[in-house]
Amino acid sequence: MSDSRHSEFDPAVPETAERDPPGDSVVDGENPDLRPGADSCYKCSTCDTSCPVAEVDDDFPGPKFQGPEQWRLKDGDDSVDESVMDCSNCMRCDSACPTGVPLSQMHNTARGEYVSEELSKLSVEYVRDRLLANYRKSAWLASKVPRLANAAANFGPARWLAETLLGVTREREFPEFATETFTEWWAANGGAAGSKERARAARERRGEPADAEKQVAYFHGCYAEYNTPEVGRALVRVYEHFGYEVVVPQQGCSGTPMFANGMLADARRDAEINVSSLSDLVDEGYDAVASCTSCSMALRQEYPELFDIEGIEDVAANTFESVEYLRVHEDLAGELAEADVGADLAAEFAYHAPCHARNQGLDRQAVELFGDLDGVGVEDVGDSCSGISGTYGWKAEKYETSMEIGAEMFDHMEAADGETGLTECPTCAMQMEHGTDYDVRHPLELLEAALVD
Amino acid sequence: MAIESEVLVIGGGLAGLTSALAAARAGADVRLVSAKQSTLRHASGLVDVLGYTPDGDGPISNPYDAIPDLPDDHPYRTVGAETVREALALFDDAVPSYRGSHTDANALLPTHGGTVKPTARYPAGASAGVASDPRETLLVGFESSVDFDALRAAAHLDAAGVPFDVRGATVRFPGDLRADAKVTRYAALLDANREVTVGGRQRPVREALAERVKPDLGDAERVGFPAVLGDDDPAGVRESLGDELGAAVFEVPMGPPSLPGLRLEDALFDALDDAGVGIETGNPVVDFDGGDAVERVYVEKNGARIPNAADQYVLATGGLVGTGVDSDREGVREPVFDCHVEHPDDRYEWFEDEAFGDHRFPRFGVSTDSGLRPETADGNVEFANLRAAGSVLGGYDFAAEKSGGGVSIATGYAAGRRAAEAVR
Repeated sequence: MSDSRHSEFDPAVPETAERDPPGDSVVDGENPDLRPGADSCYKCSTCDTSCPVAEVDDDFPGPKFQGPEQWRLKDGDDSVDESVMDCSNCMRCDSACPTGVPLSQMHNTARGEYVSEELSKLSVEYVRDRLLANYRKSAWLASKVPRLANAAANFGPARWLAETLLGVTREREFPEFATETFTEWWAANGGAAGSKERARAARERRGEPADAEKQVAYFHGCYAEYNTPEVGRALVRVYEHFGYEVVVPQQGCSGTPMFANGMLADARRDAEINVSSLSDLVDEGYDAVASCTSCSMALRQEYPELFDIEGIEDVAANTFESVEYLRVHEDLAGELAEADVGADLAAEFAYHAPCHARNQGLDRQAVELFGDLDGVGVEDVGDSCSGISGTYGWKAEKYETSMEIGAEMFDHMEAADGETGLTECPTCAMQMEHGTDYDVRHPLELLEAALVD
Repeated sequence: MAIESEVLVIGGGLAGLTSALAAARAGADVRLVSAKQSTLRHASGLVDVLGYTPDGDGPISNPYDAIPDLPDDHPYRTVGAETVREALALFDDAVPSYRGSHTDANALLPTHGGTVKPTARYPAGASAGVASDPRETLLVGFESSVDFDALRAAAHLDAAGVPFDVRGATVRFPGDLRADAKVTRYAALLDANREVTVGGRQRPVREALAERVKPDLGDAERVGFPAVLGDDDPAGVRESLGDELGAAVFEVPMGPPSLPGLRLEDALFDALDDAGVGIETGNPVVDFDGGDAVERVYVEKNGARIPNAADQYVLATGGLVGTGVDSDREGVREPVFDCHVEHPDDRYEWFEDEAFGDHRFPRFGVSTDSGLRPETADGNVEFANLRAAGSVLGGYDFAAEKSGGGVSIATGYAAGRRAAEAVR
């Protein structure tokens, strides 16, 4: 991108949602009609065999009921069945369906309808779910006083209260808050201007044209911002190593925890911010990359399925998982084959593919990619779901189910050679740590160790 | 740039998986991309080679003997009987939990509808059920699992003249599962031998299930259950049920969603992992670049197009039931590469009036040269580096012939081997 062509555009200060009028939400419409999708279902029940909840919970009727059957039965005033709140939004049913029934879209829509029409706004469940869904808000507050927050969050009596009053299980350890958020680090390192300089230097070193159009917008999401900024830093360093200028646009939560809790209005509020700032960047030739597979899943699939916001399709078509993007545009496999990595991180990893990576076709990526990397072994611990599913496993009444689903993964991890976990999803990582006490890393951290000096 | 490999296989069914395995074992660097999760979960788990002739004669005793008499354009004639043997040897090696390799002859397996099916390979879990075995048999169905009516199946088998006494019984699955419980729910309970509540008491589910069956056992020496007996440890489930009952236990293959199909999928994916094949499922190949040869294909994810490039390609996207052959009122086509699919212009000639008549549509698919490369209408190779395998091929009717698994394995093997040879 030459500066003269875009003289008024400053990627570091993207436009905000205020510019655009709020879009229509498909689910806010008077009569959302998902019947065409329901009619594609011929009841082969394949979706049911891919549902991790139905496998262990006899009360859960499974995706076929939650999606097409409920949509056919529900007519006029009939309400959504409350069992839809037991769906963990893993979205595995989507890729299982041979006829393309939009199952997760139906589930998200039904949960939204259930929460807005059936659930009392004064109920403990509603308050608890809203709090969990809006994790970003509490994380923002906690990040202002990370040490205090870390101490308070795992303080016994407080956890007892949280479980008793709010139904948040006290079995889990709260994630630790970083003392420096990702964006604080980003600003301290010069932000977009600093990245531009470093990327140009890298392109020169690599013998690429100085003005090559290599620019990405990083959607860091809440977790890399507040809890694991090391993942965000690894992304920046790896991308700059390949000569990419990184910008970090204004952004809210991707909406994943809100979809899963039926809080569609909250999700839309943040989606508007994200789509607005990312679509401006896409117009300028940027692609969006995310390090969390639930974030990329939301931007790529759930947004266009649930909301009608200007630019939403463009953002979806130009959003990529961060490692996938490099595989397409760079000779990542070639560079990894030349590289080796010291044992600082670990030599053997037990890799778990998150459900939301699976749905983007990325469930085997890490194993395939790191197969030729000297000094490192990555073993896939199988295709079971981790069971935590974002906020699901945090609910006191869902905790047991969540651990029962995860049991298979824990067993496979224990049986694997490595005692360090590897996954793209921060909540899967939480569950892996919880079930096995293993440290868990992100593939970007492994790439950074292998490729960046 | 693109995601690169030497051989790219498009399709995750039996043909695609066999093709990828054959190519990788021949030394090629292989990736497999599949639009959806493998369709094997829809399959019964039985692997047929040839049960009936295209004229409907049979059941055939030895499929290899029958291959030379098949029509010229049948895929088995393209690859030859010897390749079918080699391909099945690869399958037997990759899936050691299967039986049937001890003989060229077809085995006869009871189905959940009570018919007897000629098949070449079957899961170990089904082996105690073979119809040539004279032992007295009890079939057990579950009240909540309506896909298997044990009494009706037993009556059908009896009417079919099987050489053994057979009875059916229906029991309640212990723990009183919901009426529409998923097959994975039964399997997970049995795998872990979890406790269920029976008569107010907690008991391990395998023991409790055996107790429910015992009053109906009589002199039966073997007991057949619907194929829900475990996912991770089916052999262990069968063994402990067998010990409790004092009889051999087998599974009757079921319709979709099928646990034997899921287990077969797992076994083949494990074999692909061991062979170092890269696998990506969940997104379709929608387009390609190329002229005389395919240069690259595009995998689409919600509007984003991910380029995948290879030296050699295998098309194993399935037939009319899958997504490999598409039709509308105007015509029949192969949607990814637009390869020629021979069919009458008048769509009233695609089918016969009688439901079980000699329809043409089941045989719709691409026709190929001897190297399985799809051909244009005038007999030229469509692309120098593209081969086809499985039910995207024309010239055979897998449902009538009971040849689906065998054609997929044989042509997948041949296409994979040839693709690997071309890059070596």
